[in-house]
Amino acid sequence: MWRSCQRLFCARSPQAPRLCPAPPVGGPSLSLPGTARTYTPPTERKRFYQNVSISQGEGGFEINLDHRKLKTPQAKLFTVPSEALAIAVATEWDSQQDTIKSYTMHLTTLCNTALDNPSQRNKEQIIRAAVKFLETDTVCYRVEEPAGLVELQKNEWDPMIEWAEKRYNVEIGSSTSIMGPNIPARTKDTFTSHLASYNMWALQGIEYVITQLKSLILSMGLIDRHIPVEKAVLLSRLEEEFQIQHWGNVEWAHDYDLYELRARTAAGTLFAHLCSESSTVKHKLLQD
Amino acid sequence: MAGLGSPVRTLRSLVRELRYVSAQAGRPYRDTAAYRHLREAFRAHRVTSEKLCRAQHELHFQAATYLCLLRSVRQHLALHQEYHAKGERSTEEAAGLVGLKLPQQPGGKGWDS
Repeated sequence: MWRSCQRLFCARSPQAPRLCPAPPVGGPSLSLPGTARTYTPPTERKRFYQNVSISQGEGGFEINLDHRKLKTPQAKLFTVPSEALAIAVATEWDSQQDTIKSYTMHLTTLCNTALDNPSQRNKEQIIRAAVKFLETDTVCYRVEEPAGLVELQKNEWDPMIEWAEKRYNVEIGSSTSIMGPNIPARTKDTFTSHLASYNMWALQGIEYVITQLKSLILSMGLIDRHIPVEKAVLLSRLEEEFQIQHWGNVEWAHDYDLYELRARTAAGTLFAHLCSESSTVKHKLLQD
Repeated sequence: MAGLGSPVRTLRSLVRELRYVSAQAGRPYRDTAAYRHLREAFRAHRVTSEKLCRAQHELHFQAATYLCLLRSVRQHLALHQEYHAKGERSTEEAAGLVGLKLPQQPGGKGWDS
């Protein structure tokens, strides 16, 4: 019983339904004959705090919900190294009204993953997973028909590949075959050593962006601040945009996916940038 | 490639997004830590479009990314609430869509308890 009392310090209210798969009261009901068979979405946790604030501890910045300190899903204390990141996470928690929708809190999710590391990956594994995406990079996979899409891919994706080849001094190329482009080993080594220069937290963010955009080249364009998030998402979804222009837009599917992809990509990019910068204070002194 | 636009515009849109967030929390947006942090950062770097400075461009890019994040989350949530959050209709409502009504059987259906 004392252990369950200690859980009050976690960011969970004892009255709210637990997040583990015990069916909540208002949730989807069992299919007994005679009872209602309609699906209602499961009830979410209510917002149990009034104020969100940040404070500085030994490991970094912490988030306080009222007087309780925020914890990760594995019950570790939630600390972030950067103040701007802590403020952004606090804003996410502050923007929840009535119920807590954790699928909208992308920065919190990224911080939790970085702190807990649930899949227990070390730096080399993350880098290897990231560079592996280059073999099936979206901007390298070209179609042969219809002609409009071929033209669009050439005009939009070729400049990105040229920029990446010039910036990193590698060869990438594009391909129309199903096997994909043939990436020389030197290219992979260059990207591996470049990614190794980022710390563990920033790498989690970068790998997240790569997984969302399905492209290493576009993610590097974002990390190097070459293209903004909206443009990267547009390039990643180029074929979908082409089909939308031809067949029409379905708001509850196309726009829904677009905004979700934009939100995740923006969160990953911001996370990677905030975790890898360290010298903003110095700039201020130099300018004066 | 595609430019970021004017920094003033980014700042104004960011303040608008923060106003939406604070409206839900009930507090004025000038009190929020995010607004204060943004104001200090923009003032410290004095983001104007004349000077070409790498730190300014970095700050502007970060601000634009955060703006994209706030905006997309708000729009995604709005779409979710409108299209995907209401659950199923009950059988009565579904029948009412095409103008039918469910039968009333006072003796109960054969298999009901």
